[in-house]
Amino acid sequence: MYTIVQQRPDSIYDLFERKDGDQHVTHYCPGCGHGVIHKMIAECLDDLGVQDRTILVSPVGCSVFAYYYFDVGNVQAPHGRAPAVATGIKRSRPGSIVLSYQGDGDLAAIGGNEILHAANRGEDITVFFVNNAIYGMTGGQMAPTSLLGQKTTTSPFGRTLQNEGYPMRVCELLAALEAPVYLERTAIFDSKNNMRTRKAIRKAIQNQIDGLGFSLVEILSPCPTIWKMTPQDARKWLNENMIPYYKPGVYRDKTAPPTKSIVTLQAASGSSSAASEAGQTPATKVPADNAVEPSSPPPAPSRRTARKEVPLVEVPSLLGIRATERPGETSGSAALLGNYNERSRFFDSTVSPAPPRSEAGFFPSTVPEKYQNPQIKIAGFGGQGVLLLGEVLAESGMLSGYRVSWLPSYGPEMRGGTAHCHVRLSQHEIGSPLVSRPTILLSLNKPSLLKFLPEATPGALIIYNSSLIDEPPVRDDIETVPLSATEIAEKIGSPKVANMVMIGGLMARTHLLSKETVFAAIDALVKNQALIELNRRAIEAGMQAVLELEAVLQS
Amino acid sequence: MPNPARGKIEIAQDECKGCAVCTDACPPKVIQLSTTLNVQGYHPAQYLGDGCTGCGICFYVCPEPGAITVYKWQDEEVQPKQHRAA
Ligand code: SF4
Ligand code: SF4
Ligand code: SF4
Repeated sequence: MYTIVQQRPDSIYDLFERKDGDQHVTHYCPGCGHGVIHKMIAECLDDLGVQDRTILVSPVGCSVFAYYYFDVGNVQAPHGRAPAVATGIKRSRPGSIVLSYQGDGDLAAIGGNEILHAANRGEDITVFFVNNAIYGMTGGQMAPTSLLGQKTTTSPFGRTLQNEGYPMRVCELLAALEAPVYLERTAIFDSKNNMRTRKAIRKAIQNQIDGLGFSLVEILSPCPTIWKMTPQDARKWLNENMIPYYKPGVYRDKTAPPTKSIVTLQAASGSSSAASEAGQTPATKVPADNAVEPSSPPPAPSRRTARKEVPLVEVPSLLGIRATERPGETSGSAALLGNYNERSRFFDSTVSPAPPRSEAGFFPSTVPEKYQNPQIKIAGFGGQGVLLLGEVLAESGMLSGYRVSWLPSYGPEMRGGTAHCHVRLSQHEIGSPLVSRPTILLSLNKPSLLKFLPEATPGALIIYNSSLIDEPPVRDDIETVPLSATEIAEKIGSPKVANMVMIGGLMARTHLLSKETVFAAIDALVKNQALIELNRRAIEAGMQAVLELEAVLQS
Repeated sequence: MPNPARGKIEIAQDECKGCAVCTDACPPKVIQLSTTLNVQGYHPAQYLGDGCTGCGICFYVCPEPGAITVYKWQDEEVQPKQHRAA
């Protein structure tokens, strides 16, 4: 007889009653670590029998919607304030199990103060700190935990020591405080490390049930979307880049019962190896308690020396202008500054930006007047590459000499619901990047078409992905072009390039962008060589499909 | 069935996001992505139908809380629902 050994935990709702998106699935991206961690926490609440007295404080960030998933008491805290909110809840309801769930932007940046003091007060709460070295929800800005050299939207040439300092190691930082009873860092990337994470989660919750004090588990977690990697590559990247800097292990464990390890209780004086005596098996041999040795910093001059060599008045050099050429500079800091000197991606492209266009004949004569100065909205599932589609349009528009804007919708909704972005290609200066009445709508799935069709202006051009949209848009004052983008993309090699097929369709229909500029934009925006090739073929296939369709209609 | 596999899994097709983390992690490699698309436009993972050991690895690597259910073959007298020791 087969019996169930693992299944959806009871502490996870059967249906996620979110406004947007499919209610059967989380809003997290495919391969995201959050879902794994949610599942493990929920399973632990089931097993320890505390579901009915658990209160989860969710943060601001991708995991803000944790309250849609956990069938426990839920409170959502302002950005970074979860430990303070958790403190209040725990003190007023001491019998409850209070969990604070936070990302690295939330906990280590804006919430640095809260976590430090909650830990220092030894609040009897459990904190799950999910560290993916970047701001996920807002689209990839640098976090205090981003690695040196890591490129983010706010450190486009890589994080450097002078400008942003060392990545912050939260476990080590909190291990300098007396009060925390349990601090461990684990990771989500393979089954061995996942199981270690599961064990740490259980211990951290058990500690609170036993009333022992402040516990925090830092969990290194993959963010495939913002790292721009496949779930597999993200796991590999985490292992190869985050693990060496953020060493997994037990950084504090004062929880062992006195009979087993009396030393642990004295461990505050700093010399004992509490973790191993308490029966822990740290992933790497990290001495427990506050005797943790800092792992070796990168081979770079200390921040102080670096500062001395780069006087603050020379702001332009910090901004990357003439960074390495200054006389008398040591090679060490030149190397550090080197990243800044790398020219922006626009200059790498094979096509140089077109000279300013004259007002008359601003758009090429092949572009029908109705498609000039388009206000474009692009919409689909989070994960269909909607934002990249918009970026490619804007970037190639820029290379064509147009004035452009690209505005992503952002927020947790877009992860699993309908993502959209706004693009304008204009002859005139752009007042607002917001497109509330699109003249062109590119729709990749059905919910997004239903949502945005009413916004389209009379006469608007609607190109829709007929692979996933079975009914054509109904409105008699619009132009519609069906394009089986997902199927075409699949034939080429991956349904993921459906977004590029849509671009091809738009190009063939409107002539707004040339193949040359679109390909150059893709070269600049897509890092993976194999994907560049695939994207190019998808664009050509999209053009082809629309041209064929037009030929059929004309004959 | 004379010699049933030690385990089996069920994957809720509409909950799967086709991330292929489970197909990579499964030791006997008995999970594969389907060639068809699900409602979300992903290729969902599917159990090949034989060879599962009920180890639970796919469950603990899968990011969707409800996507995978793991079963283990137990003789009738054995008490079911024992969670894996950590
Ligand atoms: S951006 Fe996507 S992958 Fe990254 S943390 Fe948010 S939900 Fe997860
Ligand atoms: S339970 Fe183990 S053997 Fe069975 S499908 Fe999952 S990973 Fe593979
Ligand atoms: S890990 Fe989960 S979501 Fe990913 S392919 Fe497997 S079953 Fe689907």
